[in-house]
Formats: sequence, structure tokens, C-alpha cells
Amino acid sequence: MQRRRASGAGGRPAKRLGFALGACMGAALLACGPGGGASSDGKTAAPIKIGHYASLTGDTATFGQSTDRGIRMAIEQINEAGGVLGRPLELISEDDRSITEEARTAAQKLLQRDQVVALLGEVASSRSLAAAPEAQRTGIPMISPASTNPKVTEVGDYIFRTCFIDPFQGAVMARFAWDELKVKRVAILFDFKQDYSVGLAEFFRKTFKDLGGEIVADERYTSGDIEFRAQLTTIRAANPEAVFVPGYYTELGLIAKQARELGLNVPLLGGDGWDSAKTLEIGGPAVEGYYFSNHYAADSDSPKVQDFVKRYRDKHGEVPDAMAALGYDAAGILADALRRAGDTSGPHLRDAIAATKDYDGVTGKITIDAQRNAHKDAVVLKIEDGKFRFFRSVPAS
Amino acid sequence: MENFLQQLLNGITWGGIYALIALGYTMVYGVLKLINFAHGDVYMIGAMTGFYVAHALGFAGHPSMVGLLVTLVCSMAVCALLGALIERVAYRPLRGAGRLAPLITAIGVSLFLENAGQVLFGADPKFFPPLLESRELVRVGALAISNIQGVVLATTLVLMAGLEFVVMRTRFGRAMRAVSFDAPAAALMGVPVDRVILGTFVLGSALAAAAGILVGLSNPKIDPLMGIMPGIKAFVAAVLGGIGHVPGAMVGGLVLGIVETLVSGYLSSTYRDAIAFVVLIAILLYRPTGLFGSAQTEKV
Repeated sequence: MQRRRASGAGGRPAKRLGFALGACMGAALLACGPGGGASSDGKTAAPIKIGHYASLTGDTATFGQSTDRGIRMAIEQINEAGGVLGRPLELISEDDRSITEEARTAAQKLLQRDQVVALLGEVASSRSLAAAPEAQRTGIPMISPASTNPKVTEVGDYIFRTCFIDPFQGAVMARFAWDELKVKRVAILFDFKQDYSVGLAEFFRKTFKDLGGEIVADERYTSGDIEFRAQLTTIRAANPEAVFVPGYYTELGLIAKQARELGLNVPLLGGDGWDSAKTLEIGGPAVEGYYFSNHYAADSDSPKVQDFVKRYRDKHGEVPDAMAALGYDAAGILADALRRAGDTSGPHLRDAIAATKDYDGVTGKITIDAQRNAHKDAVVLKIEDGKFRFFRSVPAS
Repeated sequence: MENFLQQLLNGITWGGIYALIALGYTMVYGVLKLINFAHGDVYMIGAMTGFYVAHALGFAGHPSMVGLLVTLVCSMAVCALLGALIERVAYRPLRGAGRLAPLITAIGVSLFLENAGQVLFGADPKFFPPLLESRELVRVGALAISNIQGVVLATTLVLMAGLEFVVMRTRFGRAMRAVSFDAPAAALMGVPVDRVILGTFVLGSALAAAAGILVGLSNPKIDPLMGIMPGIKAFVAAVLGGIGHVPGAMVGGLVLGIVETLVSGYLSSTYRDAIAFVVLIAILLYRPTGLFGSAQTEKV
């Protein structure tokens, strides 16, 4: 597959056709092969296709929708400025309905049917992990805008991300609980079906214990659950000073409500999975005074952020969440790498993305490290008066 | 101790929901010997109807007891109609066609409702509007009962008592029991069997709708596939109590809710769903007639 890509860029149609026939490739691939060749001739400014597989519907629909909006905004701006390599960018989005297995199918469609030059997606780590092997096998770079589980980029050298990773995020919240909130007894309630949540819980647990704190209860739930009173009653019995709930917003809203009903009035702490307007919609007054770590703060005074927030708000009528900001940065990094790569071949593009250094994005200065992770700062937000407020920033160590 | 009582209370509230759904299964089985697998999806439609009614009538932003009651009644009425429609379209034409054919149409109706629901309401989860302002009702030490749990419990009890009255004290109830005991004989005695069956579906579906509203109130996330798991669990509850046995379904639902809550509270929530099926297997192995069912000899 890699060779097909490389020769496509080289533009030797006859040889490629023969190769494909010899390799007994499917009719669909043959039909697509010459098409790809024509576009790389550069005579017609055919768009460079970029695939985005995302949870546009389902349990974490706002993640996919926000990311997609962020990416589209970035691409629009890039195209207005003349595109990349003299060609406009074209985004093809594929819905995975928030289902792990579907993410893989969606990625396959984009890679095989649409022959994209790069893949963007997903937010949920489980779904990025399901799709990443497809990108790796095809030799097409994939950039996950927001999957924070370390395993995602360990899939292979074509997999990147533009966000920090769970060990950092878990440690940030553990240190925040210890230093800032000055609590010593913390309970954990995590979603054991989500790699993201399991990872965050694990690193929080480790860091908090190393600091000298005590994990007084360690409870779990499953994505899609709606009843948490049993676990919360157990947690209440352990008498914690704070509860770490590194899940996604849907469950968090219900957990917050049920916790308040049970009279569990200690702060809940979480990660970037809380970042959605839905957290406020579902949780309402129940989520007031809670803290979570995030990639960026929309109320930051940086001009770059303010410009982004303004453009986004003009277009969509709401403040962009971190997923939109990360989508925006992921598309920006990809375009930047395409420019430096000089062509759209998988290996060249891969090398260019890997060489990204101090990219000035709305979610901070991003450098891709040797493990293909983004090295950048985190912020802690507090929920106050029905809004996410910047609380403090935590530098990348 | 207080925490144990709290868990017990959580379990009873949760189990009450199962019990309300289980009643529909058990009543239909009583009169038709049919497992109505579409029943869990009627519960989903109940919650969805409540969602739209509450928004349409403007109760969403203004929590009040009246709003809750109106929503509850509207949703029960809609599901009663739906239940009657399902019976009329999917089951009545197959009366006398053996037991397998209606079972298969039941699965068909279930899949239809789930997928139509995804088209109609969208696959995204919706958040049931808070029809009641959550506040503490009773507090004894650590034991906290919120007004929402109180309303859920009270509604469940009132509906169960009402059903018990209908089944034991009214002409319709007597007819229902007669059909359940021996349908052909009841028909010979002049009991309008088809109308009784229709009435049973109406009653069961209205209870499922009530369960949908109560879940919306206490666990406000609803989606078109929300009926699948509770449907299966309520079926287990009905079997646990002895399928076809009305008080059995109530007890079965409560027991299942309590067991699930205690398992998640004291062991691990990982086993929450598994435990329902362990209960099902155990009951089928050791007491196939359920807690209250009596053994019947099959006449050949």
C-alpha cells in the first residue's frame, strides 16, 4: 500500500497499474489509482483530500461536532489564503456514531474509498485506538486532535496527536488536588470501559499516592450507565474530601446530580472529557464549583485565542470548547507539515509532521516529541456561575 | 448501617422501575402466553413522549408537581394507544398461529421501534427536563432521601396499588384473570377475550410509560436504545417473580433492583449487568416457576 502511494506521487501510471494488477488488488482500488495520479500532475488544482472520522452523533456527539467545526474553520482559513502546495484542502468527514468498532470502519472508508492523504480523528482514545492500525498499515499519517491515552501514538510511527497525554493530565489534577485544594483523602469514580478514563484514573492514583495522599474509595462505572447511586453511596461512606471523576460529560452530569442528592457535597475533579456545553446543560447547578483540566481556556487573553473565539462565535453562535480548538490546531499542524513536506506522499508527510516544532496554536505552543505526542501546557478550569472559568495554568514539565 | 439503608433505598427506587416494566411482561404473558419483547421499547417511547410533552407545554423550565403529573398522564395515554396499536397490528392477526410466530413479530416490533426512534428522535442522547427541583426530603444521619426518590417511590406504589385494585376488584380484572386461567373456557362464558387482551396491553404499556417518566426524572438521560437493557432486566424480574403472576413481578423487580445496587455498592459495578442474568439462570435451574409461580402440569 505504501508503494502504491509513493508511485502515485511519482506519476508513473503504467508501472503502478501493472503493480496493482500483479498484486491482485480489488477493482475499486484500480479505479481510484489513476484518479489519484491525475490530481498529482498538478495541472488541475485538484483538492488535497483530508479525512476526519468523528463521533458526529451518539453519546459523545458534541466532541465530534466541535472537532469537525474547528477543523473546517482552519481549512476555510487556509483555503482563503491560497491553500497548500497550490491546491485547496478538502475535508471529508465520516460519522462513527460514538461506537468503537464504527471508528475503524469509518477510517477504512476514508482511506480506501476516498484515498485521503491524511487522517484526522478521534477524540475518544478507544476509538482512536481502533482506527490507528488502519492508518499505520496503509502508511497514511493520522493526527488525533484530542485522544490523551498514551497507547494511541504507540500504535506506530504514522500516528500523532496534538494534545497532552493522560500521565500528564492525571498528574496535573493529582497535584492540583494536593497543592491547591489541600485535600488528603480522595475517592475515584471512573469509566472502566474507556481507555481514556482508566488511564487518567491510573495516573491520578499513582501521583496522588506518591505525594502522600490517600485514595479512600476506588469505584467504577460503565459508559451508558444512568444509575450511580450505589457507587456514590459507597464513596460517601468513605468520607472523601474530593472525588476524581475522569469520565465524559454525559455521565458526569448524572453523577453530579446524584451525588448532590445523596448529600455528597465535596468538589468533583475531572479531565478534558468534561469539556462540553452539555456538562452545564445536564448538570446545571449540580456541577458548580467543580474543577477539570483542559487544553485551553476560552477566556484567555491571548490575541490568538480571542481571534479564534470570535470567528467561531460569529459562525456558530457559541464559545468554542477545547475539542474545537484542538481540531483547529490539528488541521493547522497538518497544513503546516504539508507545506514543509512539499508533496502529499505518506512518508514525506509523516516526517514533516514529526518535525513540527513550536507551532503557535490556539491551545498553546506545540512541539511534537519523539513519541509523536504534543508537548504543551495544560490549564485547570473551574465551573462558576454556569461558565467554565480559567483557574490556573500548568506548564509542561 | 445508614449506608446500608441508603443502598437499600437506592435499590428499591431502582427496582420499582424494573417492577413497573415487569408488570407489563407478566400481564401479557398471563393472558396470551407471549413474551412481548417490544415492551422495553414502549418504555423508551414513554420517556421520549414525556420529553416532548414537557417541552411543548413549557414545563421544562418551570419545575412543578402539576407539570410532572400532566406529563405523566399524557405519556401514559400515548403509550396506552401505542400498546393497543401494537396488539392490533402485530399480534392479533397471529392469534392461534402457535407461540413462535408472535414471538418473532414481537422482536420485529422491538427493532422497528428502536430504529424508528433513532430516525425520529435522533441517535443522540437527550436530557430529560428537570420537572422537579431536587431537594432533600428526609435526612437521618447520613441517610438522605431526595424529593425525587420520594416521588419515584410514591408513584410506583400508587400505580402498583391501582393495578392490584383493577386486577382483583373490577369486572375487567376478573375477565383478565379468567382469560389468563383458561382463554377458550372464558370465551365460552361470554368473556370478550380480544377486548380483554387489548385492555391488558393498554394497562401494561401505560405502566411502562410511567416507568419511562420516572427514569427521566431520577436519571435524566434518554435515548432511542434505552429500552433494551431495562426491558431484558424487567423480563428477568418477571421470571424471577413467576411469569404471569402480578404481585410476583412487583417483588421480582424490587429484588432485582436491590440485588443490583448491593452488588455495585459492595462488590463492583462491573458485575451489575451480569448479576441479572446469574439470577435468571439460577431461577430457571432451581425454581423454574419463579418465586410465586405454582407448577402446572401440561395437559397433552
